[in-house]
Amino acid sequence: MSLAGIFLITFLLVHMGINLLVIIFDDPMVYNRAAHFMSSNILIKIFEIVLFGGLLLHVIFALILQVQNWFARPRRYNKANYSNTSFFSKFMIHTAGIILVFLIIHFIDFYFRVKFGHSTMIHVDGVMYHDLATEIVDKFKLLPFVIFYIAAFIFLGFHLIHGFQSAFKTLGLDHKKYTPVVQALAFIYTVVVVAGYSIIPLVIYFK
Amino acid sequence: MNLKLKIWRQKDTQNRGKFVNYELRDISPDSSFLEMLDILNEQLVTRNEEPVVFDDDCREGICGACGMYINGHPHGPDTLITVCQLHMRKFKNGDTIVIEPWRARAFPMIKDLMVDRSAFDTLIQEGGYVSVNTGSAPDANNIPIKKEFAELSMDAAACIGCGACVAACKNASAMLFVGAKVSHLSLLPQGKVEARERVKRLVAMMDKLGFGNCTNTGACEAECPKGINMTNIARLNREYYKAAF
Repeated sequence: MSLAGIFLITFLLVHMGINLLVIIFDDPMVYNRAAHFMSSNILIKIFEIVLFGGLLLHVIFALILQVQNWFARPRRYNKANYSNTSFFSKFMIHTAGIILVFLIIHFIDFYFRVKFGHSTMIHVDGVMYHDLATEIVDKFKLLPFVIFYIAAFIFLGFHLIHGFQSAFKTLGLDHKKYTPVVQALAFIYTVVVVAGYSIIPLVIYFK
Repeated sequence: MNLKLKIWRQKDTQNRGKFVNYELRDISPDSSFLEMLDILNEQLVTRNEEPVVFDDDCREGICGACGMYINGHPHGPDTLITVCQLHMRKFKNGDTIVIEPWRARAFPMIKDLMVDRSAFDTLIQEGGYVSVNTGSAPDANNIPIKKEFAELSMDAAACIGCGACVAACKNASAMLFVGAKVSHLSLLPQGKVEARERVKRLVAMMDKLGFGNCTNTGACEAECPKGINMTNIARLNREYYKAAF
């Protein structure tokens, strides 16, 4: 669970780095070439399978653990959740559900379109590219998409702020001196990821 | 002070149970929470009604026998105390106090506010001991132990096994209790010998008894009357990985 989580945390940074190319460069081919590399390189293709495996494991373990946790307290308290704990840790399964719904919609929007050949193709220097950059720009010109994506990123942030540091503790890494550092890193990482992903639809919409 | 009490009443495991409202008048703010319940029970007996059943023993905050879920907190709203050390001055005149039993599958209901916490005894039988005969108390410093480890071990040994960690945890997990036992024993040379076997047995038994899983929420640490730290949970995880691989 924690290892798969840390793996997904790393992937989020890579994905964000590539996505930012859309707004950093005016030439859409910069992003298209990066996306082309990501979908054609053999190493990345293997990594893609590992990534889906990691995501699947994370979801399956979460479901098993959650069902066990519900069974561990068959009768609920009348007054519960008043303990002084981190707010977001109480709602991990709920934020996870929202992220999963977002992921399905996100896959239908982009990933499946590319995989099943529904995206627009362009021909540059004898190579066929998916014109994903234009598709992203078209999509984020619509306000409901912008709002939906940013809302999903905020919920992802709620999930990450606890998940990041909890993963370390589950791996047995808790230390008087280093845990505050991990917690600070979790906060910085979450802010960077939420801001980094959110800025893409915002810049495209207001451009 | 005058109080309204909303107390969980349940005849036995077969019965569904329900909240019953009581009103108490002229309770001294200096009385303890259990004394307040004693006063209620005296009144109930006088009225020929069944008194409220709850666990208690030493009433000095050290045995871990008492325990109930008061206004959303195990052992009530105060910190680092058991319910017998909770005083009515922590409440206001006219307050409504909701009192529930510990709720966990591993702690089956006995009656009213009393649950069966023998799952903790089962865990102790499974690994909360060292197999060697340690004899009588040895001379001080006979076995050299680093001060840091001695202190960590003693901090973990402060656990009184009241079950507040399980009651507080949204997943009814016993990781803090088991973590405290593992830390207490595995940090000392006497307990190191069977550290690997102990942690494997304890974790297997914890799962078998129906406790939930830890999500590092930290309610256990926030509500523990003895201030057992969550670093013991990470140590339990560490010890488990060491034993498993």
